[in-house]
Amino acid sequence: MTSTGSTTGGDERHPMTGNRMDSRDDTGYERHAYDVVVIGAGGSGLRAAIAAHDAGARVAVVCKSLLGKAHTVMAEGGIAASMGNLYPEDNWQVHFRDTMRGGKMLNNWRMAQLHAQEAPERVLELEEWGALFDRTPDGLISQRDFGGHRYARLAHVGDRTGLEMIRTLQQHTVALGIDVFMECTVTDIFKDGGRVSGAFAYWRETGRFVIFDAPAVVLATGGIGKSYQVTSNSWEYTGDGHALAMKTGASLINMEFVQFHPTGMVWPPSVKGILVTESVRGDGGALKNSEGNRFMFDYIPEYFKAETADSIEEAEGWYTDKTNNRRPPELLPRDEVARAINSEIKAGRGSPHGGVFLDIASRRDAEFIKRRLPSMYHQFKELADVDITKEPMEVGPTCHYVMGGVEVDADTEQSIVPGLYAVGEVAGGMHGSNRLGGNSLSDLLVFGRRAGHNAAYYVHRLKGERPSVQESDVRRAAETALAPFEIEEGAENPYTIQKDLQDVMQRLVGIIRKREELEEALVEIDKLKERAKKLAVEGHRQYNPGWHLAIDLTNQLIVSECIAKAALEREESRGGHTRDDFPAADDSWGQVNLVLTLAGGDFSAPVDLKRQPLPVMPDDLKELF
Amino acid sequence: MSYDLKMRVWRGDSSGGALGDYTVEVEEGEVVLDAIHRLQATQAGDLAVRWNCKAGKCGSCSAEVNGRPRLMCMTRLSDFDQQETITVTPVRTFPVIRDLVTDVSYNYEKAKQVPAAKLTPRDPDGKRRMMQVDVERGQEFRKCIECFLCQNVCHVIRDHEENKQAFAGPRFFLRYAELDMHPLDTNDRRKLAQDAAGIGMCNITKCCTEVCPEGIHITDNAIIPMKERVVDRKYDPVTWLGSKIRRRDQRDEV
Repeated sequence: MTSTGSTTGGDERHPMTGNRMDSRDDTGYERHAYDVVVIGAGGSGLRAAIAAHDAGARVAVVCKSLLGKAHTVMAEGGIAASMGNLYPEDNWQVHFRDTMRGGKMLNNWRMAQLHAQEAPERVLELEEWGALFDRTPDGLISQRDFGGHRYARLAHVGDRTGLEMIRTLQQHTVALGIDVFMECTVTDIFKDGGRVSGAFAYWRETGRFVIFDAPAVVLATGGIGKSYQVTSNSWEYTGDGHALAMKTGASLINMEFVQFHPTGMVWPPSVKGILVTESVRGDGGALKNSEGNRFMFDYIPEYFKAETADSIEEAEGWYTDKTNNRRPPELLPRDEVARAINSEIKAGRGSPHGGVFLDIASRRDAEFIKRRLPSMYHQFKELADVDITKEPMEVGPTCHYVMGGVEVDADTEQSIVPGLYAVGEVAGGMHGSNRLGGNSLSDLLVFGRRAGHNAAYYVHRLKGERPSVQESDVRRAAETALAPFEIEEGAENPYTIQKDLQDVMQRLVGIIRKREELEEALVEIDKLKERAKKLAVEGHRQYNPGWHLAIDLTNQLIVSECIAKAALEREESRGGHTRDDFPAADDSWGQVNLVLTLAGGDFSAPVDLKRQPLPVMPDDLKELF
Repeated sequence: MSYDLKMRVWRGDSSGGALGDYTVEVEEGEVVLDAIHRLQATQAGDLAVRWNCKAGKCGSCSAEVNGRPRLMCMTRLSDFDQQETITVTPVRTFPVIRDLVTDVSYNYEKAKQVPAAKLTPRDPDGKRRMMQVDVERGQEFRKCIECFLCQNVCHVIRDHEENKQAFAGPRFFLRYAELDMHPLDTNDRRKLAQDAAGIGMCNITKCCTEVCPEGIHITDNAIIPMKERVVDRKYDPVTWLGSKIRRRDQRDEV
């Protein structure tokens, strides 16, 4: 929160935060110089900042919320890493294979490989910094079962692993003395001669603008879930990094793949979409329809038949004897389970509030449930009056994660724009068409560290020849940010447009898609983009959520167009993209990435799409399949 | 099943403010934060409020609802009579920035003063071993979501701005206790807990424990044991002598 670096102008400052206290715009801009600016303070952002700091760079973390509140805090299940603490036969090759198969082979193989190889050490590092993981009887880090993972592999702390991770990284960041700009939103990234030169932001508290002079920017902004009506994501998830990357000239891939987590709460309305961890199923929970049937046995796809139990007896046996039994179909990858639940509900076999039943009450004792799933117990008890040790939960699909993101180099996480890096959910490629549970937290750590190091080295290699921020760009960024205060006629309410966008995306670009609906969605998004040119806000610049939303909303519109456009183009069904009119996976599509760019560099410009061949996996890795 | 809810919400900034009267349509099963959001979307676009997860996990939406410190996302409207007017004000211990948003930087400053964990070296196989029973005490404290409601209700600082300098508050006594109970940490922070964090000023009225949305037994499990450890260090002649001869479980005073 304290700010260092050069500053210009200004007078009164907050004694603790160093924030400028006045909100007038005539006192000049606050200005700071860093080597690396990390946007976002979730798991990947903090890990990147720590790595860049360790590599000798001067680092700032800039985040929309308070430190420690990022969406990582919501992650429940665990961190996937083949540490082999419970199953010595687990290793990176098995993890790599699981990840590729879960993503239906559309993953960037190199990212999946690095991820599987480096995840165990990243977990041990967290322990080094103070994380207290649950233990095995031998005192090692415990590992739990999750969908799509062959062995129990997720390092965890009850069902609040994300909180442990964010707190550990937060505390380490603070201990290292890294500067954190909290409640500060980046609206533009500057370039000079094709390379990154800095960023433009505003303090949410005062509305004042901040300029960062920095040759390297790491995007760690998370996902896009707020573009859907039913989502497990928070207000921050407006695709800021995705849009910033496009506006800066970088490209996105895999945007048609959106993960709908199979189990979100469905009732009461206020909590609709909030996540119910996959650990419930990993720890023995069964999915049932209104007729009491474990319907997942009817939805085992050919692709996973060999490794999935086809009888209740075998599935039950798996929890205690994994060698001689195959895994229950409840633990198929998330895309399979979400589609199955969707079909059951559509067929009229849903629960009273439009979900299906997730039952752990009749399968595990109360003490076990409360110990393994304390947050779930608390969440249902407090918010839905449901005691999950006594009755089943009602659950249904909720928009949870976007597989797509900035196209990056697998080893360095640099985008096609020199100096611009992306990591975590905002980066694309790692998870292919569907992400396995637990692979997100490990992704944040593995690639966060890589991005931080590489950004620092990139700056080091510049040897003082730093690109500079152009004053004309600063003026334009300020004008764009302030535009919502200038609208006088035909004013549009940002809250209304956001709601309309969520309705369009939920209805027309949801779990099951078809051509006509996607075409309609694109028309609707176009109309919303037109209306968004007239976004207007009331009040002044000091902590004004209406204004903040008006700015974030333009990012949501760009990202939504990308999703719809790519979904229309990909005429097959694979992972998190299901086409009613093309229900099967198509091998030729299995070799193709869809790449999206923004020609005009402005949110109102149309999105361009092109096809690009998938990187080819080397033969020694192919042998694993 | 919707109905019209009468609300009074504090609007203003550091220079002053007042309760504003609103009527907002709400649904069965909603929480106070839903009502605030609807106000924002339909009547008061610039109403300032912090929130993130809306599931009681991030600790952002702390406020005082009818005078009681709560997380707005976990305060259900069904706990109130439908005729009742619900009053929402910002937490009182921290300076107001705008409307329901307060300046909680005090907590972030205090966080900087706690030396981090410094563990013993790894075992020869590159891993570390700790028993579940030994990590559980620390795990209880690490459930803390940093909503700062415990800080908000703490008598030592709630109406005593002058104590803030010398007192870190319950949230950080939790942190000191967690690190002190870490099976492999090598730092001894007892002197710091006494001198810099001012744990001696706590008079264990348990207000922090009562208000904790995570149900952490702050007073009984963290503050009291930590006070005892601090006292051991200071007054027990055997411990004092021991500390001169051999460090307490190999920890270094920081």
